[in-house]
Amino acid sequence: MPLKIDVKDLNLFYGDKQALFNVSLGFPEFQTTALMGPSGCGKSSLLRCLNRLNDIIPNVHIQGKVLLDKEDIYAPSLDVVELRTHVGMVFQKPNPFPHSIYENVAYGPRIHTLFKDKTELDEIVEKNLARAGLWDEVKDRLHQPATRLSGGQQQRLCIARAIAVNPEVILMDEPCSALDPIATARVEELIDELRERFTIVIVTHNLQQAARVSQQTAFFHSGHLVEAGETGALFTMPQDERTQGYITGRYG
Amino acid sequence: MNNHTVKAYDEDLKTLRALIRHMGELTLQQIRKATRSILERNGTLAHEVIDHDYEINLLETKVDELAVRVLALRQPLASDLRMVVATLKISNQVERIADYAVNIAKRTIILDEMPPFPEVEGLSTLVKIPKNMIERALTAFETYDINLALEVWQMDQEVDEFYNAYLRKIFAEMIADPKNVGPCTQLLFAAKNIERIGDQAQNIAEAVYTMVTGKSFNESDILKNA
Repeated sequence: MPLKIDVKDLNLFYGDKQALFNVSLGFPEFQTTALMGPSGCGKSSLLRCLNRLNDIIPNVHIQGKVLLDKEDIYAPSLDVVELRTHVGMVFQKPNPFPHSIYENVAYGPRIHTLFKDKTELDEIVEKNLARAGLWDEVKDRLHQPATRLSGGQQQRLCIARAIAVNPEVILMDEPCSALDPIATARVEELIDELRERFTIVIVTHNLQQAARVSQQTAFFHSGHLVEAGETGALFTMPQDERTQGYITGRYG
Repeated sequence: MNNHTVKAYDEDLKTLRALIRHMGELTLQQIRKATRSILERNGTLAHEVIDHDYEINLLETKVDELAVRVLALRQPLASDLRMVVATLKISNQVERIADYAVNIAKRTIILDEMPPFPEVEGLSTLVKIPKNMIERALTAFETYDINLALEVWQMDQEVDEFYNAYLRKIFAEMIADPKNVGPCTQLLFAAKNIERIGDQAQNIAEAVYTMVTGKSFNESDILKNA
């Protein structure tokens, strides 16, 4: 599988504090990569480097390269707004816009004018709600406020919104931590389906979730990438003592 | 290895190990008694072996239940997962070994009803190796000793050699006098059971190998490296 994203010798500093140390990691196309590790290990920092979300933090400083389809996303000529249409993001807490269900999905296509007329926009909205497994549940109330949906439905709406602009990569930062087990299972199933079209990177604290949804898992500790590998192998036979300690609950 | 942050988890794993040890010791005792019963043509001892088998079956059930509980409640990963899976396999193999001890005891009972027949030398020597294999395989399980596991694995060859030598003696007795065929057949079955115990001990060694290395046991790879 070719690499969709290739991170090379990445160092990230917040002011004087270094958050990532020489991280090199490839993200294979059409696979889900799980980033895990204890709080403060740098996994979310890395995720936010992949769509330059760290740019908005003052005093942030980055060395190294992040290649998306072999192009450096930190190159001066790169348009960050354009980049984020290629690399979508889903956050920990569902954060629908305070508009209708329809408008949440239509928002991205509207600002990027991805359609010719109302009929085509309707189609885009339907297609993406369907891909997010939400269409049947909301088709009769598309113009109701999105905030009336349950937490799990809101999160799937956020996924529909993220994929409506046809990204190639979806970043997910703990997308299920606010959801109950059934809503979690639906999102996990969705991740598995989305993998056919998208490359997915997910940060999760939940080891079982990482094991269930990803093909590749990377374990971080104190800003260092300790170990990355095929998920089944990493969870049954980790190579590094620190990974072993963390996943077996002997970390401390 | 460090302890788990959750202490009750460590206790569960410790209990699993202790159950396997207990099963192993009872089973070794059963083999000793069964062999003594056949060598001494002691029907009472043979009945004792048969009567005690349920204890081992009970322990196997306990291991199964606790292992499934640990899988469900603790969701073990990495070395813990491999250990729990090994426990399930090993308890099953030990239980089979105990069944072979019962089979040997059953031969004693049949022999007991036949006219006296002299000992065919070799059975007591034959049984020593599988017993040794079980002891060592269980130690290898407790200490994660892969070299010891491989040693056990290779010991099975000796069992086969002693078994074949014993068979030749039994056949010679059968050929010498057709009256010997009845009792000799019983001894032959007993020897076969002992040989099967060696195979099962070898399987335990394989389970230990997988538990320690995370790789499935591949005979040709092992022989290549040996």
